[in-house]
Amino acid sequence: MYQIVSKKVLNPTVTMMEISAPLVARKAEAGQFIILRVDEDGERIPLTVAGCNREKGTVRIIFQIVGATTEALNHKEAGEYIQDFVGPLGKPTEVEGLKKVCIVGGGVGCAIALPIAEKLHAMGCEVHSIIGFRSKDLLILEDEFKAASTKLTVMTDDGSYGRHGNVTLPLKEMLEAGETFDEVITIGPLIMMKFVVATTRPFGIKTTVSMNPIMIDGTGMCGGCRLTVGGVTKFACVDGPDFDGFEVDFDEAMARGTMYRDFERHAYEETCNLFKKEVQ
Amino acid sequence: MAANMSLTKNPMPSQEPEVRAHNFSEVALGYDEATALDEAARCLGCKAMPCVSGCPVNIHIPEFIAKVKECDFEGAYQVIAQASSLPAVCGRVCPQESQCEALCVRGKKGDPVGIGRLERFVADWHNDHATEAPVRPAPNGHKVAVVGSGPSGLTCAGDLAKKGYAVTVFEALHLAGGVLVYGIPEFRLPKAIVQKEVDTLKALGVDIQTNVVVGKTITIDELFEDGYEAVFVGSGAGLPNFMGIPGESLKGVYSANEFLTRSNLMKAYKDDSATPIWKGGKVVVVGGGNVAMDAARTALRLGAEVSIVYRRSMEELPARREEVEHAQEEGIEFKLLNNPVRILGYQNPDDPRDPKNGCVTAVECIRMELGEPDEKGRRRPVEIPGSEFVMDTDVVIIAIGTSPNPLIKNTTAGLEVNRRGGIIVQEETGATSKPGVYAGGDAVTGAATVILAMGAGKTAAKAIDEALSK
Repeated sequence: MYQIVSKKVLNPTVTMMEISAPLVARKAEAGQFIILRVDEDGERIPLTVAGCNREKGTVRIIFQIVGATTEALNHKEAGEYIQDFVGPLGKPTEVEGLKKVCIVGGGVGCAIALPIAEKLHAMGCEVHSIIGFRSKDLLILEDEFKAASTKLTVMTDDGSYGRHGNVTLPLKEMLEAGETFDEVITIGPLIMMKFVVATTRPFGIKTTVSMNPIMIDGTGMCGGCRLTVGGVTKFACVDGPDFDGFEVDFDEAMARGTMYRDFERHAYEETCNLFKKEVQ
Repeated sequence: MAANMSLTKNPMPSQEPEVRAHNFSEVALGYDEATALDEAARCLGCKAMPCVSGCPVNIHIPEFIAKVKECDFEGAYQVIAQASSLPAVCGRVCPQESQCEALCVRGKKGDPVGIGRLERFVADWHNDHATEAPVRPAPNGHKVAVVGSGPSGLTCAGDLAKKGYAVTVFEALHLAGGVLVYGIPEFRLPKAIVQKEVDTLKALGVDIQTNVVVGKTITIDELFEDGYEAVFVGSGAGLPNFMGIPGESLKGVYSANEFLTRSNLMKAYKDDSATPIWKGGKVVVVGGGNVAMDAARTALRLGAEVSIVYRRSMEELPARREEVEHAQEEGIEFKLLNNPVRILGYQNPDDPRDPKNGCVTAVECIRMELGEPDEKGRRRPVEIPGSEFVMDTDVVIIAIGTSPNPLIKNTTAGLEVNRRGGIIVQEETGATSKPGVYAGGDAVTGAATVILAMGAGKTAAKAIDEALSK
C-alpha cells in the first residue's frame, strides 16, 4: 500500500497528489511514468511522473479525471492509501547538450512538461514554454512554468485568458520569424502533438513527443502500448514514452486510443453513480 | 496389493465440453481416492526408475506412488515436495506425455502410468487436508535475491529458503506467480492453487516484494550493494512477437500476452471487472503452441466463435496433445496449413470520425504445404502461390511466441546475452557471465514450459548454495 501524502485540486478536473513511494522517488526522472492501481481488482493505469522529492521519498502525480479509475483516485484524500504504485517505467526524456528548447504543453500534459522544463532550466538551457488550455478555469501551473522558463506564452482556446488560439499559433509565428531551437518537446493530447509536429516539420526542427497509450504491465510484456514509429512497431513502455514526432503514426495511435471507449464511458458513469449514492 | 495390469490409464474426470465451453471453472476435475489407488496399482515400481530421469526436477516417482498405494497420501506429498516446490501446479500443466510418462515401462504396451494425474491427486489431497505449517528452517545468515516470481523464481526461492537462506523475491506486477497468474487461464490452473503454493513459500520465510521492476526500480548491482550475495534472474520471456504483416495495429488485434493478461491477471472474464476486453463475435488465433490454445479457449469462454490458424499441420502443432483435444472438443476450429499475410480493417470513406474506423474486419491468409525439414527436423511450411483467401473476423490474437525482456540486460553491465536476447548461462549451474548472478527459465531459453523453468530454478539454487556455503 502506498500513502497519499498530500492532495491539491488544481482545477475542477485536474488533481495533484504526492504519493509515498521511496524506491520510485529515488530513481524517477522527468519523462518517465508510473503505473498505479487505486484498489484491489482495479485497473492498472499509467501516469507520467510530474516530479519527485528524493529526500521525502515522494512522487508527484497530476491527473485529469477522465474515467472510472481517475474518478476513484480523486475520491481518495491525503492520509489514505492506494493499492499499487510501480515505477519508474520508460526512458527519461533526453536533455543532454540542449541549449535552447521550446516546450509545448497542452492541458494536463503541462503537468508532465513542467519537470522537463525545470530540468532544462536548471542546467542553464534557454526555455521557451507555450502552454495551452481550453479556458481560464482549466489553467494549471502557470507560476511554476514562469519560474522555469525564459519566456512563457499562455494560450486558451476560448480567449478567456492569455492569448486566444491554439499552441501552434505562437510556435508558427516564432519559427516564421526565424527563431530556431535545438529541439521542440511537446506533451498533450494526440491531436495537439500531431499539429505541433505538422508546424515544426517544414522547419526541420527536431520534435520530441511523449506518448501515453493504453497499457497494462508497463514492462514490455503485453504489447498493448504498441505504436508505429518510422514504419516499425515500438512499445511505448520500454522504447518510449518519448519518440521522434516526425516518425510517429498519430492517426493509428488515435484510433487505438478509442479501442475501449464505450466500456470506459460506461465504467465512468457507473463509478460516478456509485460515489453519488455514497454522498446521498 | 496386486498390480493392476490394465493397458489403459484411468481417464481424467472432466467437465463436459458443452458445459465447460461457457465457464471458467477448471476443466479437469481430478481423481478421487479410489481412482488414484487403482491407477497407482498400475505402477510396477521398477528398480531402474526410467520415469525419474524424464522429470526435469527428478521427483522420486515410484517412491511417491508406493506411498499412494499404502494410502499414505501425506507421505506421498512429502516425497514430491522434496524435489518440487509447486506440486499442484506441475500435476496440472506439465507435459508428462513427453517427460516422465514417455519413459514409463507400462507405456511400451498400452498407456503409461498416469503420473501427472497422481501427482495432482496427491498435491490436492495435501492442500485439502494438511494442517501443519511448513517448518521454517534456521537461518544460515546468507541473503539471496530472486528476480521474478514465476515458476523458476519460486522454485529457486523455495529451495534456498528450505536451506535457511533469507530470500527476497522481486516481482514487477502487483501479484506473485508470473506466467502462472497472468498467462495460464483459470480453467487450466485455478489461481487459488497458485496462491496456495505462494503462501507455502511465504510460510517458509520467503519475502515477496511486488511492484518492483528490477532494471528500473532497482538494478542488479544495487541488489549486491544492499547485501544480497547472489541474484537469480527468472524474469521470463517478456516481449510478445508480432508477425510484421500489415494491419497488426488495428483495433481488435491483441498479442496473446495482452489478451490473457486482461482475462487472467486483470480478471476481465468476470462480469464486474474494471478491465475491458473484446468479447464475442469471431476470433482468429494465430499460432499453435500452448499459449495459442489458452488464448483460443479463453476467447471461446468469453462468447466467441474461435478459429486457430497455424502454418503447419496437426503433426507439428507444438501444443500439448491434451490441450489440442480439449480445444477441439469445445468446438474450436483448426485451420491448419494456413498463414496470415495481412489483417484488414474498416474505414468509412464518408466519416473519418466513425468509431468503427480502424477496427479489424478480416484476415487474409495464404495456404501452405510442407516442404523439406528445417534444422530442427520439422517440415518447413511453403506458401502455395495464388491461394490467398479472406476470413472474416472481429478479433485477431497473435500467439507466435515471445522474446526475452531486455530491461535487465540493458541495465546490468557484464551480463552476456545471445543473439536472441536470452541470458547466456552454464547449463550445469545456471551461472551467468556476471559473478554472483544466475539465471533460468524463459529469460534464458525463450518461451518454454513451466517445468523446465522450475528445473532451471532448482539447478541455480543448488549452485548458489554450493557457492555461498563454501
